[in-house]
Amino acid sequence: MNPLTTQIGAELSLVRRNGEQLLVTLGIPLLLLGFFGSVDILPSDTDEPVDFLVPGILALAVMSTSMVSLGIATGFERSYLVLKRLAATPLGTGRLIAAKTVAVVCIEAVQMALLVALGLALGWTPNSANWLLALAAVILGTFAFAGIGLALAGNLRGEVNLAASNGLYLVLLLLGGVLFPLDRLPPFLEAIGRATPTHALADVLADSLMSAGAHTATSWLVLLGWAIVMPAVAARTFRWT
Amino acid sequence: MAAVEVENLSVHYGPLRAVDDASFTAEFGEVTAVLGPNGAGKTSTIETCEGFRQPTTGSVRVLGLNPWTQRTALHREVGVMLQDGGVYPSARVGETVAQFCRLYDRGASADELVARVGLADRSIATWRRLSGGEKQRLCLALALAARPRVAFLDEPTAGVDVNGRDDVRAIIRNLAAEGCAVVLATHELDEAERLADRVVLFNRGHIVANSTLANLRSSRTTVRFRSSPSLDAVALTRHIGLDVVTNGDEFIISFSSPDSSMASDLVSRISVWLGSNSLPLHDLNVGGERLEDIFRMLTKDQES
Repeated sequence: MNPLTTQIGAELSLVRRNGEQLLVTLGIPLLLLGFFGSVDILPSDTDEPVDFLVPGILALAVMSTSMVSLGIATGFERSYLVLKRLAATPLGTGRLIAAKTVAVVCIEAVQMALLVALGLALGWTPNSANWLLALAAVILGTFAFAGIGLALAGNLRGEVNLAASNGLYLVLLLLGGVLFPLDRLPPFLEAIGRATPTHALADVLADSLMSAGAHTATSWLVLLGWAIVMPAVAARTFRWT
Repeated sequence: MAAVEVENLSVHYGPLRAVDDASFTAEFGEVTAVLGPNGAGKTSTIETCEGFRQPTTGSVRVLGLNPWTQRTALHREVGVMLQDGGVYPSARVGETVAQFCRLYDRGASADELVARVGLADRSIATWRRLSGGEKQRLCLALALAARPRVAFLDEPTAGVDVNGRDDVRAIIRNLAAEGCAVVLATHELDEAERLADRVVLFNRGHIVANSTLANLRSSRTTVRFRSSPSLDAVALTRHIGLDVVTNGDEFIISFSSPDSSMASDLVSRISVWLGSNSLPLHDLNVGGERLEDIFRMLTKDQES
């Protein structure tokens, strides 16, 4: 077993052991999709609420894994000097980041499979779905959210990072157009919402999977911007100890 | 080639000169103790040797490699024990040691290593369930996972109980006996005295002593005795022409000793002076200076 596969195993083992991380990455998206997909109480502006919900919840799942889960775990690893200790092994920064990336991708694959299966079970009907485009969107979203998560983790104390990540998750959940269309918000909040990576990812996923994106070109640009800027910010400001 | 070569090293943090023009070496098969009060510069020096910090000026070579620019190559053969932490709270002892052993091409056997540090019966315990001493043992195991040629150990016996300390000391001695260069940073002078072949003593960023422990101790002689607390140390100082330091009812006189007759002459003068002042003389001891005394003398400006 080489250092990279060893570290991938360690990362996945850590996720499996941290129940609260699994709750955020798997439990909350499945719960939200299961509940609001079954009861028609949200102003989704569609005949089937699940058709509106699936792309947004997929975006939420990407945010949960690559921003909240990755960010919180990395923040605590930094506080506990785990990163410093690993830095004194032949693993190296590149392989550490690669191992974390593979772990995130593995979790996202499980999330996507479970959420798509639940969506289909609830009656979701993809319309001219372009899965490759959706995959590209998920990759960009992963870069964007991982950049945000690592920027917070690399600069805040473990507990402060925990609170900040969860707080931001809630704000982006509410402003990201995941549970209800953004045009139901006051104009200034709608404008903020459209600039968030959560809404941008949800919108391009809706377009890729349902041909239902509202401002698709703008959303791709917004998503691309977050995917470039935030990893760069994280790389520039991240402190290992 | 020495295992560790530090030459005119300076490490500055803004205006603060944490390390200033420090030079020393650590040899294979020896334990080199790096000592000093808090903030003396030892951690900055060791972290520079480990590749965590870049020297402001000067150079550091470990196994002939530059720790800052050749970090990954260096870390294949170097073991590091941090002062504390380094393990995720939910990580299990056995799994963590196995993970670290697999990170190295010629890593140690995880089971043997866990047994060697006395944690075989705690293999499935998580880090958060370990006592302070057990955590230190686990950190030591992680430092040994590389089968290191150089080991940097920061406070390896901190929090370890008396029996555990003996075990840790035995591991460190064996490590040096196998040819590893052990660099030991510690506040515990007793630990350094028991383990070190060579001592590098820092004070205010400067190295104030760099010698083998034997040389350091033999360069000065100490006369210790007990007497009445009413003894006038100032008067005795005037009488013998050497500083008398008091520690409770113990009186200590330390001096450079170019020839052995000086000590017997001094004892004779003290004895006569005590007698003439009707003061008792107990527990007289003449010998090489203890590391603790050397440390106090060389760092007293920082302590005061």
